[in-house]
Amino acid sequence: MVHSRRNSKESEVIDENLKRVYQDMLEEQVPDRFLDLIAQLRAQDETGGTGGDDTGEASA
Amino acid sequence: MSSDPRDEIVTHLPALRAFAFSLTRNFALADDMVQDTLVKAWTKINTFEQGTNMRAWLFTILRNTYYSNRRKAGREVSDAEGVFTESLSEKPAHDGRLQMNDFRRAFVQLTDEQREALILVGAQGFSYEEAAETCGVAVGTIKSRVNRARARLAELLELDEHDKLEMTDQATMAVVSGARPSGAMG
Repeated sequence: MVHSRRNSKESEVIDENLKRVYQDMLEEQVPDRFLDLIAQLRAQDETGGTGGDDTGEASA
Repeated sequence: MSSDPRDEIVTHLPALRAFAFSLTRNFALADDMVQDTLVKAWTKINTFEQGTNMRAWLFTILRNTYYSNRRKAGREVSDAEGVFTESLSEKPAHDGRLQMNDFRRAFVQLTDEQREALILVGAQGFSYEEAAETCGVAVGTIKSRVNRARARLAELLELDEHDKLEMTDQATMAVVSGARPSGAMG
């Protein structure tokens, strides 16, 4: 009984710290490069039309 | 095509980076993996089932990328500990809480599979089922990884120090009460 109480206390301490570490990471600023990349992917879709055209820009 | 599920991807970026970082323990590598994941997710969006957990789907792509790179590279990134523990600023510890760097130092010593399971269940709040699906393993496997990860952290952080000390005290008392070791000063 002491054993299981100790284990749940341990888990509590661990999860609390884990969440703090994770929260710190979540609060990191997302670099622009990812937003740029998404914009680029979106633009590619729009210019390339529907997918599957592997010849890309040489198709004019 | 009024609602493109890809519009949702951007909302998962912070979580994707956090997950990538806890897996790789290295900012540069984590961001490379996030980049790969974005491109793959974008081009394979047709494999995403609308209405299911997109975060889990993205995590799956990311972890598969990571593990296949790890296989190719042969080993885990070895200098990760320093990078992980030093790259995040230390925030003041509150009462009863561990120093974050102590915790991070212990966390990076877990295996990749243990860190992954623990982050998904303990921090990200995935159910065991969601975590199992994300990692492509059985629910029981996730449970045992989480348990082993917690046990290992407790050991590394000496969370059971108090109990051990009590035991040591009793054991010492028993010995000491019988015969005091020589060299004890008066």
